[in-house]
Amino acid sequence: MTVWVEVDLCSGCKRCLKACPYGAVEMKEGKALILERCTSCGACLQVCKEKAIQTDVEPRTVPDFSDRKGIWVFAEQRGGQLHQVSLELMGKARELGTFLGQEISALLLGENVAGLSEILIEHGADQVFLAEHSALKDYRTTAYTKVIEELVKEYRPNILLMGATHIGRDLAPRVSRRVGVGLTADCTELSIDPQEQILLQTRPAFGGNVMATIANRYSRPQMATVRPGVMEAVAKRGKGNIVRHSVLLVEGEIGTRILELVKEKKKKVNLTAAKVIVAGGRGAGDAGGFRVLEELAAMFGGEVAGTRVAVEEGWIPPERQVGQTGQSVRPELYVACGISGAIQHRAGMMNSRYIVAVNKDARAPIFQVADWGLVGDLHELVPEMIEQLKRQKV
Amino acid sequence: MKIVVLVKQVPNTTEVKLDPKTGNLIREGVESIVNPDDRHALEAAVRLKQDHHGKVVALSMGPSQAIDALSEAMGMGADEGILLTDRAFAGADTWATSSTLGKAVEKIGEYDLIICGRQAIDGDTAQIGPQVAEYLNIPQVTYVFEIEEIKGKHVLVKRRLEDGFERVEVDLPALLTVIGELNRPRYPRIDRLIDSCREKAPIKIWNAADIGVQTSEVGLEGSLTHVMKTFAPKLERKTEMLQGDAKNTVSTLLGKLKEKKLI
Repeated sequence: MTVWVEVDLCSGCKRCLKACPYGAVEMKEGKALILERCTSCGACLQVCKEKAIQTDVEPRTVPDFSDRKGIWVFAEQRGGQLHQVSLELMGKARELGTFLGQEISALLLGENVAGLSEILIEHGADQVFLAEHSALKDYRTTAYTKVIEELVKEYRPNILLMGATHIGRDLAPRVSRRVGVGLTADCTELSIDPQEQILLQTRPAFGGNVMATIANRYSRPQMATVRPGVMEAVAKRGKGNIVRHSVLLVEGEIGTRILELVKEKKKKVNLTAAKVIVAGGRGAGDAGGFRVLEELAAMFGGEVAGTRVAVEEGWIPPERQVGQTGQSVRPELYVACGISGAIQHRAGMMNSRYIVAVNKDARAPIFQVADWGLVGDLHELVPEMIEQLKRQKV
Repeated sequence: MKIVVLVKQVPNTTEVKLDPKTGNLIREGVESIVNPDDRHALEAAVRLKQDHHGKVVALSMGPSQAIDALSEAMGMGADEGILLTDRAFAGADTWATSSTLGKAVEKIGEYDLIICGRQAIDGDTAQIGPQVAEYLNIPQVTYVFEIEEIKGKHVLVKRRLEDGFERVEVDLPALLTVIGELNRPRYPRIDRLIDSCREKAPIKIWNAADIGVQTSEVGLEGSLTHVMKTFAPKLERKTEMLQGDAKNTVSTLLGKLKEKKLI
């Protein structure tokens, strides 16, 4: 891609020199000369009246990807256990595959994980690419990236999906850069554009204020990471075959070593499994305010959670944060107390079945997503709820 | 040791509101800030430089006003700032952005460590760190919440997992993406801020030609993903505001919850 001057046509008017934003045009013996600094931006081309400036830059065309087939799902496993998101993605992949008439494959990497292939086939995989090696036992970026790169180059898939987990959000961008493709992060919706037959990837942006639908026209495979808990796993008995991929990894080239893997032994908070969540925000005021919310949560048999503010203030631990940068939850009932309802928090709980909001400010945005709103001080209303619930139980 | 910190100036999306009538973002009056995770990255870099006799270079790609982000970085203790700004960089997705940043880091050269925030609060992709690391062909560790020590040619960090953490040893040069748990970022010092605005301040401004890229490799033209459309997230509930005093509203509420078999 270059831009040059046809010297015989150049009149020496210097329009190009003035138009260039990079100082990449010089005059040499009365004629314009384009220097190596040139970025092919085309500004000079536009102002040359003699048509002396020429370029071999071609307009962008969509390449022919008709030979790219297959919807791949990275089957994330840790310690020999498949992450639920992989099964959810298989469900979605099945749907996309049916629309496109293409097969689903799962990528299974690890050590001694062949037994998991069955589960993947049961959940929709027509094929499982199995790569086993001691160096793949625990996830490491460059090791997994190399194996996936080899598989992608050999089998040329159309789409590659990964869960937006701590592993997925580390691996997917590395793979996308390695194989030279576009990647969309943290999608909440996937579908196929009927005209272009390409993957439409919808995700929240701008802190959740906006939904954006994104597509990748110019590179394959189309890659996306998908939020856990959004798609649905579908188990149906099917047939699939296993393709073993031979792994050649040099330990010294991997660049990282895991010295210790520590599972936090404290009571695991599972907000995504909770049927009822009582959440607090700035309005809780202090850790004491949260004790009242915990009591209410206990009355419901549910869990307590909170906003980013509550975590920053130290009223709840980070694993109880609900929101754009916290967890996404969809309980049967979400009781938001003293939460203004900034979009970042709403992004994490908007899909709850029923939402109750308690806030002193009648104009708090949280009321827009609530089924029932109570305007008042949670320090008065929540104890009242606890009181009345106690009386009902009697 | 030389540490490069990738810094992004972002709108404070926690303050952005949606116009209820048009469904569009109201951006007026929303201040620009240094991306929160990036402040943690800067803090980490400045602490490391103090312990290891190093130098911190803050690098940012953005429109010309992003220079304020670099001033803030230098106010916190970065030694140098580099602003990558060019109309050609506009409209870039993470592919094009990581190409641009990668080229700039190569030009900076001889770095030992690159530290960046895990995720920016406007794009929300968390892709730049890993994509720049791949571009430079160096190892990466994401979700870093503790930097234990630098031992010769390695750095030892703790990486946050959903249910615990890993202790990881990484070969240098490497790239780390960090989360808020890592540290408490300091406030910029006034005297440093003022110095960063002086004419002789060590802030450089680079454009596409300075880093040797073609316009087709960067910005919108160099992107591999494109936004087809944007829309407001749907809010579909009909809210019932309960009236009355505390006793009555709670009683009404519990009645509704019972109806829906929630209690």
